[in-house]
Amino acid sequence: MTDTSPANGKPAGPVIASGRASVRRRSIPGADYLVSLSAFVVLLIVWEAAVRVLRVPDFILPPPSAIFISLYYGLKSGLFIEHFFVTAFQTLTGFMLAAFFGIGLGALVAQFRIVERTVYPWLVALQTLPKIAIAPLIIIWAGYGIQSKVVIVALVALFPILVNTIVGLKSCDQGKLDLMRSLGATPWETFRLVRLPNALPFIFAGLNVAIVLAILGSIVGEFVGSKAGLGNLILEANFQFNVAQMFAILVILGVFGVTLSMVVRFIQGRLLFWNAGFSQSI
Amino acid sequence: MGSLSTVLKLSPTNSRSQASQDSSAVSLQNVSKTYSTASGEQVNALQKINLDIRSQQFVSVIGASGCGKTTLLRIIGGLEPEYDGDLLLNGNKRSGPTKDIGIVFQDANLLPWRTVLDNVLLPAHVLKLQIKQATARAYELLDLVGLKGFEAKYPFELSGGMRQRVAIARALVHDPSVLLMDEPFGALDALTREHMNLELLKIWQASKKTVFMITHSISEAAFMSDRVIVMSPRPGRIIEDVVIGLPRPRGLDLLSDAAFGNYTRRLRHLLDNGEDAPTIGSNAASGRVHYD
Repeated sequence: MTDTSPANGKPAGPVIASGRASVRRRSIPGADYLVSLSAFVVLLIVWEAAVRVLRVPDFILPPPSAIFISLYYGLKSGLFIEHFFVTAFQTLTGFMLAAFFGIGLGALVAQFRIVERTVYPWLVALQTLPKIAIAPLIIIWAGYGIQSKVVIVALVALFPILVNTIVGLKSCDQGKLDLMRSLGATPWETFRLVRLPNALPFIFAGLNVAIVLAILGSIVGEFVGSKAGLGNLILEANFQFNVAQMFAILVILGVFGVTLSMVVRFIQGRLLFWNAGFSQSI
Repeated sequence: MGSLSTVLKLSPTNSRSQASQDSSAVSLQNVSKTYSTASGEQVNALQKINLDIRSQQFVSVIGASGCGKTTLLRIIGGLEPEYDGDLLLNGNKRSGPTKDIGIVFQDANLLPWRTVLDNVLLPAHVLKLQIKQATARAYELLDLVGLKGFEAKYPFELSGGMRQRVAIARALVHDPSVLLMDEPFGALDALTREHMNLELLKIWQASKKTVFMITHSISEAAFMSDRVIVMSPRPGRIIEDVVIGLPRPRGLDLLSDAAFGNYTRRLRHLLDNGEDAPTIGSNAASGRVHYD
């Protein structure tokens, strides 16, 4: 890192090595997306052709056209929408509970030695437990309705947020803490002004993992026991060998997952613009 | 030491430092500090340090790594609450942090999520000062350290030297009478460092603070200071208190001056040979030096 020039991370200008190389490297905006999109279209065409030529039965692998038809009618009839809202509600509510308790509990563990001594070993032990394994138990306790799935989602999504919050709050640079101490700052002021903002990159790394796990928890929870939701609908389609509908629901879940992930990353980018180290990679 | 009189004369406008004419801004009496390491070994970091720093003096400390310089600064700054002996600040005994001190650390320690202005205002927030007045003062200080127009920038947009200047402005925003600096320019390259030395002298002359600065650089110490405290390695003791009788204001041409060369040679000699060094050039007339 150069110390004498403003380190804004932007190079002075593009370095043109030679005429041909620079022409070859110059990229049209969105060209990468165009390449991956056309690869996807090619895959769909090959898939469609292979299934038709080889006469693969629909209940083994339906052609993309059948999936799109199923998707279209599922959306048009409102069936997918209705179940989507159940799953989305469970996922988001569970995720928010996980974020609230993960950050809150993490703060208590990081700030108070007594809490750390009593609670932390148990949290570590619980973390190694596959949370999905207790899903049947939660269905028994909280019923077949939405509540049980919210609890499962919260439980599955809690740990990455909790652990990252604790690590983030503890990883504060001693120099910044000394600065606050030299000013006679209270523990609360140090927490609010230094420790918490300092932990935000870690917390967001946890949230990024947690949002993916939240959808997973929601669907698996519905598999274990539910009355509605996209996971419930997948099971139902499964029993009917309606593989095209299963694929159609997977498409919806994929779009849902990518959208949620992008929302978290968008907020992260807005809040953590100052953090040069945070990774944009998926 | 007639040339020092202008510097040592207490300014009547600064009421805080005027408890009595001969009171020191910082006074350490028989201050010792012992650490115990992880293996249970007792390390004598500081041994019976006696030091008086008069108001508005610029005092530097030099010494080998591990001689307890930083421990000394941390004790004065209230960051090391456990030590033996007495510490008086403007005549009052104290322990723990006080708002009459500003500290510049080796790293700028800026909060990357705050703008330059908000970083400078951090002490004002913590010390519950009037934000409106503090903001006006922060603008003045940023102007003083040459960062006018950078108020809304973020630390990642600044160079290392600029960040350290923000740290200096931050240390001064609550108008402390004492400024502690722990190798403030240690991480900077030689040219930036020289420039920062001149800037700091300018700031010191404008703000009239008592400055206690740790440095590794002999020439930096001699160039900036009224007195240079030379410390010995473990256990940390004061070997010599050298009064730098060079006229002020000082410019870079001083670096090639023969008198300046005498001082740096003497300081170098003291660092190499400890207390056996023969006295040349100056003597410790104004500083109260104690040997143990």
